[in-house]
Amino acid sequence: MKKIILTVGLLAAFLKGTQAQNSNDKEAYEKRKLKIEEINLVSSYYGQDGNNSAVTGGIGTEKLSDFVNSIDLKLSFIDRKSRQHSIIADFNIDNYTSASSDNIDPLTVSSASRSDTHIYPSLSWSMKDDATHTTRGLSYSYSTEYDYQSHGFNFNFSKSSKDNNREFSLKVGAFFDTWTAILPSELRPSGYGSAAEGDRDPVAYKPRNSYNLALSFSQIINKRLQVLFTVEPAYQQGLLSTPYHRVYFTDGSHTVEKLPGSRFKLPVGARISYFMGDRLILRGFYRFYNDDWGMTAHTVNIEASYKVTPFFSVSPFYRFSNQTAVRYFNAYGKHSPTATYYTSDYDISGFTSHFVGAGIRLAPPGGLLGFKHWNTLELRYGHYMRSTGMIGNSVTLAMKLK
Amino acid sequence: MSKNKNIHNRLLILSLLASLSSCVTVKEYQKSRINDSEMELSARKSEKFEQSFYLYREGASGANGGKSGGGCGCN
Repeated sequence: MKKIILTVGLLAAFLKGTQAQNSNDKEAYEKRKLKIEEINLVSSYYGQDGNNSAVTGGIGTEKLSDFVNSIDLKLSFIDRKSRQHSIIADFNIDNYTSASSDNIDPLTVSSASRSDTHIYPSLSWSMKDDATHTTRGLSYSYSTEYDYQSHGFNFNFSKSSKDNNREFSLKVGAFFDTWTAILPSELRPSGYGSAAEGDRDPVAYKPRNSYNLALSFSQIINKRLQVLFTVEPAYQQGLLSTPYHRVYFTDGSHTVEKLPGSRFKLPVGARISYFMGDRLILRGFYRFYNDDWGMTAHTVNIEASYKVTPFFSVSPFYRFSNQTAVRYFNAYGKHSPTATYYTSDYDISGFTSHFVGAGIRLAPPGGLLGFKHWNTLELRYGHYMRSTGMIGNSVTLAMKLK
Repeated sequence: MSKNKNIHNRLLILSLLASLSSCVTVKEYQKSRINDSEMELSARKSEKFEQSFYLYREGASGANGGKSGGGCGCN
C-alpha cells in the first residue's frame, strides 16, 4: 500500500510539472502538444479454492492465488487537421501460485510450475476526427509466461451520428500464440524435456491462433437511458487443449487432455445504463454465448450505483452465469478409452456461478488527499461461487490520475 | 416448435427496433446524466481483472469488452 501511495505521489508531481511547463507556451501551440491525459493504476488480488483440478484429471486441489498490478498511460495530441490522437501504453504484471500446476510433476517437492509471473504490455493508438465523426485505431499486445507467448494485433473503427447519439463500431483482432507443450511427468516420452530451468531435453512448441470480429451499436434512448449491442464471433485454431491436463478412462488408464483443433464461438451481448432520479445509476449486462463444442451460456450482470454525494458512490453488484458442458467433458474415470476427444477440465463443464460484491468510488473535484491530479479511487470486493464447489475472492484497488 | 421459436425471435427483434425508434434526440447540453462517468457502456477499470478470471474459470467469453479468446492459456 505504501508503494502504491508513493507511486501516486510521484506521478502527481510529474503531472504538476508538465502542467506548469504547458502554461508557459502559446495557446495555439499548446493545442497540438503531446500531453498526459490520464494514468490508471490497478492492483488486484484473486484467490480461489476447489477440488476439481484438471491437472489431476478432475480431482484434487484448485487452490490458486494471483496478485496483479497494472499501469496505463494515456497521451493525446491534436494534429494540424484538428484530429485528436490518443496513445495508450498499458503494462500488466501477474504473480501467481497454483497448487494444481505443482502437480504436473508430483514427485518434486515444489516444481517450477508452482508459481509464475505473467507479463502482458500493450500499445494502442487511435485518431478521432470530429469533422467526419469517426475514430480509427490500431493496437499491439504481447503476453509472456513460462509456457505461453502471444502476439496480438487489433484494428478498430467507429462512426457516430452527427448528434453523437448513435455509434457503430467495428473491431478486428488476431492473436498468434505459442504453447510450450509441458506434459505431466509420467506421460513424457523418453528424452522429452520438462521445460524446467537446467533441463536441456527438447520440448514441443505448438501454435494457437485466434481471430475475432466485434460489431457494436450504441444508442442514447433519452436523457437518462442508453444501450449497447455487441456481436463478437471468434475462431480459434491450433492446440486448444492444455498439454498438462490429465484425463482418466473407465479402464483405469490415463493420458493428456485432447480437444478439437478448432473452435468457433458466437457471443452476443447487450449493455444498458439508466440514471434513475438524482442518485441512482442502474447498469445491466446480458450475454448469450454458443460455440461449436456444444456449450451454451447465459450471463447476467446487474449493478446499482448509489451516489451518497455527487463524488462518492457505493455500488453493490451481482453476476449470474450458467453454462452447459462441452460435449467432450466427463468427470474423473468416466471417459471411454475409445473416445476421440476428452477433457476433465471443470472450467468447461456445466455449472452455474454467482459473483456478488460491492464497490466504492471516490472522485472529489479537488482531488484526493490533497493531490489535485488524483482524480478517482475505486475499491471493489467480490465473492465467487461455482456450483462445482469452487469458491473465489477478488479485491481490486483502482486509481486514476488526471 | 421451431416455427413458434422463429415467431418469438421476430417479435423480440421487432420490439427492440420499436424501442430504438422511440428514441428522442438528446442535445449535448442535455447529456449531463448520460455523460456521468458511471453511466459508461463499458466495464469499469476496477473490473479489468475480474474479466480476466472469468476468462480462465468459465467457458463463455467475448461481447463484454474483454477478450474473446487468445492472448492467454485460457479457454
